[in-house]
Amino acid sequence: MDIYEVVRGPLVWIAFLGLAGGVVVKLLLMASLAKKEKTVFPTMSASHGLRSILHWIMPWGSTNMRAWPVMTTVSFAFHLCLLVTPLFVMGHAVSWQQSWGISWWSLPALAADIMTLWVVCGGVFFLIRRLTAPEVRNVTTFKDVLLILLVISPYLTAFVAHEQWFNNDVMIVLHIVTGVLWMLAIPFTWLSHMFWFVFTRAYMGSEFGAVRNARDW
Amino acid sequence: MSGPNTGTAAPSSQNMSTRPANGPQDWDMGTKTLLDLERLDGYVAELAVSDDGGHAAAVVEKSPEERIIAVDNQPWEPALEKAWSLRFTSDGRAFALVRIDDEWTIMVDGTPWEERFEFAWNPKLAGGGKVIGVQTKSDMQYSVAVDGKLWDARFLSCRDYALSPDGSRVAAAVQIEELPEADVFKFLEGTWTVVVDEEPWPRKYLNVYTPIFSLDGKHVAAQVRTDATDYTAAIDNQPWAQVFTCIWEPRYRTGSDVLLPVRQQGGWFLAQNGKILWPSKYVQLWHACVSPQDERIAAVVATAYGRWTVAVDDVPWKTTFSDMVAAPVFSPDGHKVAAAVKHDGRWSIAVDGVPWMPTFDMVWEPVFSPGGESIATIVKENGKQSLVVNGRVHSRSFDRLWAPAFSPTGKQILLRGVDGTRVIREVIATTEV
Amino acid sequence: MDLQDQAVLDRGIDEGLEKLTPERIEKVIRHVLDNESAARLKVYLETCVHCGLCSEACHTYLSRDKDPDFAPVAKVKDTLWEMVKRKGRVDKDLLRRSARIAFTECGACRRCSMYCPFGIDIAYLIMTVRRICSLLQIVPQYLQDTTNSHAVTSNQMWVQADEWIDTLMWQEEDARDSFADARIPLDKEGAEVMYSVIAPEPKIMAQLLGNMAVIMKAANVDWTMPSADGWDNSNMAMYSGDFEVMGRVERAHWERARALKVERVVMGECGHAYRGAVYDGPKWLGWQKPPIPMIHAVEFYYELIHSGRLKIHRKITEPVTVQDPCNIVRGRGLHHKLRYVVNALCENFTDMDPRYEHNYCCAAGGGIINCGPPWKLSRMKSIRVKAEQMAATGAKICITPCHNCHSGIEDIIGHYKLGMHVSFINELLVKAIAEPQG
Repeated sequence: MDIYEVVRGPLVWIAFLGLAGGVVVKLLLMASLAKKEKTVFPTMSASHGLRSILHWIMPWGSTNMRAWPVMTTVSFAFHLCLLVTPLFVMGHAVSWQQSWGISWWSLPALAADIMTLWVVCGGVFFLIRRLTAPEVRNVTTFKDVLLILLVISPYLTAFVAHEQWFNNDVMIVLHIVTGVLWMLAIPFTWLSHMFWFVFTRAYMGSEFGAVRNARDW
Repeated sequence: MSGPNTGTAAPSSQNMSTRPANGPQDWDMGTKTLLDLERLDGYVAELAVSDDGGHAAAVVEKSPEERIIAVDNQPWEPALEKAWSLRFTSDGRAFALVRIDDEWTIMVDGTPWEERFEFAWNPKLAGGGKVIGVQTKSDMQYSVAVDGKLWDARFLSCRDYALSPDGSRVAAAVQIEELPEADVFKFLEGTWTVVVDEEPWPRKYLNVYTPIFSLDGKHVAAQVRTDATDYTAAIDNQPWAQVFTCIWEPRYRTGSDVLLPVRQQGGWFLAQNGKILWPSKYVQLWHACVSPQDERIAAVVATAYGRWTVAVDDVPWKTTFSDMVAAPVFSPDGHKVAAAVKHDGRWSIAVDGVPWMPTFDMVWEPVFSPGGESIATIVKENGKQSLVVNGRVHSRSFDRLWAPAFSPTGKQILLRGVDGTRVIREVIATTEV
Repeated sequence: MDLQDQAVLDRGIDEGLEKLTPERIEKVIRHVLDNESAARLKVYLETCVHCGLCSEACHTYLSRDKDPDFAPVAKVKDTLWEMVKRKGRVDKDLLRRSARIAFTECGACRRCSMYCPFGIDIAYLIMTVRRICSLLQIVPQYLQDTTNSHAVTSNQMWVQADEWIDTLMWQEEDARDSFADARIPLDKEGAEVMYSVIAPEPKIMAQLLGNMAVIMKAANVDWTMPSADGWDNSNMAMYSGDFEVMGRVERAHWERARALKVERVVMGECGHAYRGAVYDGPKWLGWQKPPIPMIHAVEFYYELIHSGRLKIHRKITEPVTVQDPCNIVRGRGLHHKLRYVVNALCENFTDMDPRYEHNYCCAAGGGIINCGPPWKLSRMKSIRVKAEQMAATGAKICITPCHNCHSGIEDIIGHYKLGMHVSFINELLVKAIAEPQG
């Protein structure tokens, strides 16, 4: 088995299992801790939680998002591209087909390129913002910078590989390795905001809406 | 809408009696007018009716500077500068806090105590409802007076006091050390203690709350705070060895055993003499009370956040209530427990875990018949008050009712109330409801 | 970073620190993190991506020229992050800094929760720091003294039982000078409404009580006030982190209301008391909602005016603006009712911008003003945006339906020389309902 087979086989499985397992374990752990807190579940209100989530997943749906138009635009596009591209890029579609025999619609190559680049540029934007905006720099740690680099590296390596600027095999391996690390990092770093977002927002929406009769956006 | 102030809310710190201490002798059916409010010339500020329904009294405001107290329509002399907190002792004597010549005292049956004070407040009854105690202030110093006799001892402050059941002894929570303004460090050394019959406990505490006497009057228990985060009960100045992060009011059982709701590990337990008596952990636990035979213990508990009920001997009722459960009351034989409960904004009475079907805007405390087979209470609905017996609403409504009382056989109920402009007593058959 | 603030001496914090050992510090912090906190703390700390988007929400950050140390996330970083990271093994310098930040630079106004993309309750994280400080007994002296007052007297200003009753009595007399039948019924069991206030009213602003007697009579409300403890529903123990004292105070309040058999409680113009009595107190005691309905004075006035029970005879003509108190606006959504009342009373009303839930805190709330004189200058530096916001309205009166806002805004007016004065609604209402002579 060569290195490509290893990273494309067991390593990817580790990534998927690690991600799924990590998220499940985290959710269960938090559910039990939330139960211990006694007031958390009784406070939750489905309608008010949802109301808050909707306002915050809609671009410019909150006051603060409107106050930062550039950040909001970059950020929304970044998150959208970050989630959509890996699911619908042609290269991955081929892999799904080969491995599991499943297939779905794929992105046109140009769109995939643009979206991949948007993720990279968005990451670079965040990095620049982190290092130049005093209020962000003040709370930025080395780990924060590394995490952003980790998040954009599978996209960067994918793009480079696709453009065949360097040794393609090396790039593909790098792409998979960074992608695996990226997935594994999700449950155990602040990348976990990917799934916590729903809960923290719903809780705050419930407290503001159901309990305090006010809006939180 | 504004009506006369017809009653004084009793502080709920002591064991709740289930009926007036001295029941009526006259159980002849029928209605009797005690007081005609129209004949009282002036604004009726307060009303009171004796336990047996034999007498009624009123504080009447003649002018902003002049008040009189009238009992059975007979005014006391002289007129008073102020008068409030009008009540009856169990033997039918009316008393009130009054101000005469810019000084406060208690006036009983038209006669003021000889002792006068800069201020007097918080009257309490003991000795079967015949002994009157009151908190006092004179020359910026605080003390307690009982039946006209003022303690010689004076204190920097006094927040609460208790009379022994027979009324012969007094315990009070007092401040015995000066606390300079904003001295948060001296506060931690303790500036409060309990004083029993003028004799302060030697040890000082950060805080002292709710002193109480044992039933035989020989012992005093109180909540004490021994350090910023340590609370426990102290019995005759001896704090328990065990401390807790929070506690509520202690209760004496028949002997010298003391019950105390305690908080530890983020939950509430019932402790006795420093040891956990009820092993169940509750979200809340208070108002512990003991059955008259000292065989069973009931307390208000929250089994989960927003789920309130009564636990009897550590077994919570199956039904829980969302809003509030008031202090439980045992039947005289100790077999039944009842409490006022509030669920989804409506009050009712629950008996042994089963709430009455009808619900009300407000419900007063439940009163058991001597045999325990009936429960009566006062309810309020749309601004009018009615008697309710065993969940059935009496057809008549009143502007105001005082606590009902059962006859010794349980067959009659004494109603005391305000019906339009008349204060009346009425005896009805329990079956009439 | 503000060196002047860092040089402030506060006996409560400084002398408290001297008594601490590393073992005690570690034990207390670990206790709070492990036993008193659970899911929310952990999720909030894990979810924060350190994006800094909460910064612009904070009046201290904005007022101090966007000094990054005053951003909400920075306040958590400089306190709780360190405590968590070092598992409680932190030094006294960090604790001193934590106490200063948690008690004097954050009023737990919760505006930042509305700006955080994830809805992280930063105020809750800061309250956790306060809880740690309280257990370690490093609380600003004057705030701790207020908590001690609650512990002893149940009220926040050491008001003795006799002083309370006496004040109600002479306020009744005063009220009757302007409204013959005005009364303050004491301990009236079965009244519809129990009116509760906070200790500054009998202590320093007693006329507010008399005013209420006039308002109640004019609207013919069946009401009462308790003569015994439980009349003060404010709760500085909630803000100092002494939740046990907080619980005791709130229990006394609700049990008093039950003893009086009232159908609901109306409370005076105070925001933090509303928060303590309606949310934090009941929550700690196990009530999901207040056991007896409670409405804030603003809601009550709205009800009385809207229903026609109170008639407005003459409106205030001077230009006015209104301060949205955090705890009844972000905390209860009363901003529209507040404006209804203000418009009913005043002819010339100009709003502040931003307003409603997005209002700026007065910087006095959350226990900050109770930290006392040592911290006043720091508080004034932290609230320049409010002064600018007020000045832009051109108002001569700033209406503040909250005691903390009232005192805080009064300080702002003095410090920034705004040439206005502050007023409770209660004071304007009494003038507005007075029937014209003749």
